[in-house]
Amino acid sequence: MVAHTELSAQLPHEKIVSSGKDLECRSGDSGSGVTGRQEVQDNSVQKNLTSQPNGGSASKKSYHKEEECSLFVAFFTFLSYGVLLMLGYVREFFIPVTTKEKNREGYVPLYIGFESFYTRNVYRRIQDCWNRPISSVPGAEINLLERYTPDYGWTMKLTGKILKCINAGSYNYLGFAENHGPCHDAAEVTTKEVGITTSSPRLELGTLEIHKKLEALVSEFLGVEDAITFGMGFATNVLNLPSILGPSCLVLSDEFNHASLILGLRLSGATVKVFQHNNAADLEKKLREALIHGHPRTRRPWKKAMIVVEGIYSMEGSICDLPNFIRIKKKYKTYLYVDEAHSIGALGPRGGGVVDYYGADPKDVDIHMGTFTKSFGAAGGYIAGSKDLIDHLRVNSHAQSYAASMPPPVAQQIITSMSIIMGKDGSVEGKRRINHLARNTKYFRRKVKQMGYIVFGNEDSPVVPVLLFLPATIAMFVRELTKRGVAGVGVGFPATKITGGRMRFCLSASHTKEMLDKILKEVDVVGDMCSCKYSKIPKSCKPIEW
Amino acid sequence: MECLRKLPSLITGPYHLALEGVLVLCILWLFTAKKQPSKTIRLSLKEEEDLLREWEPEPLVPHPPPPDHPSLHPRTVYGKPSKYINIGTGQRLLNFATQNYLGLGEREEVVNEALSCLHRYGVGSCGPRGFYGTTEVHLQLEEKLAQFFNSEAAILYAYGFSTSASAIPAYAKNGDIIFADEMVNFSLQRGLQASRSKVIYFRHNDLGHLEELLEAQERQDAKDPKRANATRKFVVVEGIYMNTGRLCDLPGLVTLRQRYRLRLFLDEAVSFATLGSHCRGITDHFSVPMKEVDLLMGTLEGAGGCAGGFCVGTKFVVEHQRLSGLGYCFSASLPPMLAAASIKAVELLEREGPELVEALQRACTHTHTALTATLPDSVEVGGDEISPIKHLRLTRPCSDDEAEVILRQVVQQAQEEGVALTVAAYLRAQEREAPRPSIRVSVSAALSQEEIENAVGAISRAFQKVLG
Repeated sequence: MVAHTELSAQLPHEKIVSSGKDLECRSGDSGSGVTGRQEVQDNSVQKNLTSQPNGGSASKKSYHKEEECSLFVAFFTFLSYGVLLMLGYVREFFIPVTTKEKNREGYVPLYIGFESFYTRNVYRRIQDCWNRPISSVPGAEINLLERYTPDYGWTMKLTGKILKCINAGSYNYLGFAENHGPCHDAAEVTTKEVGITTSSPRLELGTLEIHKKLEALVSEFLGVEDAITFGMGFATNVLNLPSILGPSCLVLSDEFNHASLILGLRLSGATVKVFQHNNAADLEKKLREALIHGHPRTRRPWKKAMIVVEGIYSMEGSICDLPNFIRIKKKYKTYLYVDEAHSIGALGPRGGGVVDYYGADPKDVDIHMGTFTKSFGAAGGYIAGSKDLIDHLRVNSHAQSYAASMPPPVAQQIITSMSIIMGKDGSVEGKRRINHLARNTKYFRRKVKQMGYIVFGNEDSPVVPVLLFLPATIAMFVRELTKRGVAGVGVGFPATKITGGRMRFCLSASHTKEMLDKILKEVDVVGDMCSCKYSKIPKSCKPIEW
Repeated sequence: MECLRKLPSLITGPYHLALEGVLVLCILWLFTAKKQPSKTIRLSLKEEEDLLREWEPEPLVPHPPPPDHPSLHPRTVYGKPSKYINIGTGQRLLNFATQNYLGLGEREEVVNEALSCLHRYGVGSCGPRGFYGTTEVHLQLEEKLAQFFNSEAAILYAYGFSTSASAIPAYAKNGDIIFADEMVNFSLQRGLQASRSKVIYFRHNDLGHLEELLEAQERQDAKDPKRANATRKFVVVEGIYMNTGRLCDLPGLVTLRQRYRLRLFLDEAVSFATLGSHCRGITDHFSVPMKEVDLLMGTLEGAGGCAGGFCVGTKFVVEHQRLSGLGYCFSASLPPMLAAASIKAVELLEREGPELVEALQRACTHTHTALTATLPDSVEVGGDEISPIKHLRLTRPCSDDEAEVILRQVVQQAQEEGVALTVAAYLRAQEREAPRPSIRVSVSAALSQEEIENAVGAISRAFQKVLG
């Protein structure tokens, strides 16, 4: 073990942009009228909020310690999982697993292990909260198809009734999930003129004019040299990371990175070290140590090193600490990969994602990756960066040679929505949506915090996770909110840690203030029913304006 | 009694004190003894800074491709690709390059269905299947596919490539054994890699070799029965192999599966809707009941004429992927309009399947006969007669790069004669055993006998011009 000298004492004292360690509590500003004391507890620097919602890079706070639940609640969370598992053991002792396979007697069982046990005994009981079918466009309001289970969750059947709910669960940040309007009209024309499929990979005969147009537009939108697009966002990470990284590369990956990044990194064969979520100091320490050590087995220096982070983390609602990561990457000569699946379009004064939000130079991020599913109402993903990188991917990406290219109507939807966001259609619709989303985010987050919930994440992030901890509370919250006309998403173990059960709201530019008020009202009522307003931070009672 | 009376004195006696004294001395020694010097080297800050400064990483892309690399200038398709394709040469070319074997994606009913779904749902589904990304259309398509295959359940993926790459790792884990054909396509290879299981390859379509390997594994299992009872064994094959165009011997595989207790995973990317009297693929072609196959994986991007992929099987097997299939859980669902188009395509297959398959197989057989008869000896035709894809490879020995250059010239030449061909795209460095360069000919059911004959004549002339 190499003994490290105290980093914080000996490193040249650089201006760390809003590090978690400098506590400065400025008094609350005038605009919102909320919680100067709340900011103190969060160790955060109060942002100047009076001017434009996303302006000002230096005072943005990205890394802070989230509020923890009390020991009492944690104990009950473990207890509830324990009871469920005990019941499962008892049940399976008396009534062994009845879903036996047919026609395969004498075979080694297909499913062995804890995963299926958990699914049968915990997930099954509350599985009506997930996989809910809808029968309308996933816009601001949604038609849920009601289901019931005749056998305690083993099967689900439709009742035939439709529940109209406000949609706080779909990833529709800029409200482009619409079945009318310019995007829909353009997609219709493209479907008629170009068809719905290409049936060929890009390098064979699958490159249409529309793909070239799309890639030129994406690179203009992001302010980079070139871009390449793919038909699926998940596959963008999984199929391209192996082409960029190899076995003698070092990767520093955030602990809450998405499954597609983890799988892509695993398939690439690079050595991956995990650092604490969004913690630039931890990243620096681990990166330094790994670079000095070299490869753990061969002891040779690394060929290259890369930091892999996301723009907005979809389960935590936090925004990555980009200025510090850029500073570290420049200092240690590493590369930076930012996955903007959720943040592209949803952050920044021009919708340019986390790079735009901080006003950073797009050239400082080596590899921009993102998806078109969330803010553009389409499907697919992109990677953007320098011409050399994109040329390399055009030749070596798995998707270019083997996977069918993006369907034309999807490409058209992206082109139209991106043009609107950039203002190329001549209207201010794009700007209006971006500002509307930012205002919705600020309003909703402050109101929910004021109610007394523990809310994770950054103030400007449209993903709002509200912590509930207990699995039964998640289920009750989702069901009660649905009864009251609000559709939200509950997430529990294993997508989060055991004491991380939460309700997640995704805000949209298509939510009006009335819809937000309705959601807030129902959340308030249901929270009182479940008594899950766990926050101990004293709140101000000043009214919050939209 | 005597001993009991003596006990108290023993406890406080000299022996006890001596013992305690020894223990105290041991403790003192532990605290004061010099620690072993640590074997690791402690670097000073200056040395660390020097190491960091001297380290020079290679550029992000150490060898960028040259600007004239053919992959940087793929041909652009203008307008709608169908039986004819327009790549900007001025004339429309007969399409032997894209994989729309039945032309279902261009049929008016399918496009209209996609449009009416667009009017209802918009384009994107804005969420994964677990979080409000499941629409009625997805459920209907899954039900339709399950019915079409006379199976219990089906699961839908948003991307054809991800289907097999996500399905295999959901079942096969570290410690399991997978027997795979050596020419399986790239997405299956990625699935095999992601599964972390031990993969044993058998010679292409050689069931004798597979049986030898299975026998060897049995002998090894007999030595360690406990471990063998916890190891799952899978066999992964394709219906029609994308890289060679040959059909697999499904009845033989089923026999082996039954004898050695394997799980059979069948990938029908090419054979879906192109074989079988009812258009159901290779299980239909060989009349093998669905219960003999554990999991059937397919894509809708070929004969299906739309987008996405699917897996079909019993409920017991398929439902597991709803929580463990990475490409299913962590990805947005298929855009509803494309799913609706697929529903219509499957309906058309049910109605007109037999005629479409017959037309396709006639075209395939005719193409095969014409190619073998007309092409010069320097070119071999790979693939079975009824397979909709055929590979044209050079017989003379030359390096892969040279062969690729020649084949591209042939494609260029064929373009001038009015036929669109394509060199099959491979990532040679990343494939396990890269197939030799070839021109992949994809036959469409819409081609008439005359058109096929003219096209084959053009291809032959192209070869003769380039090869001399």
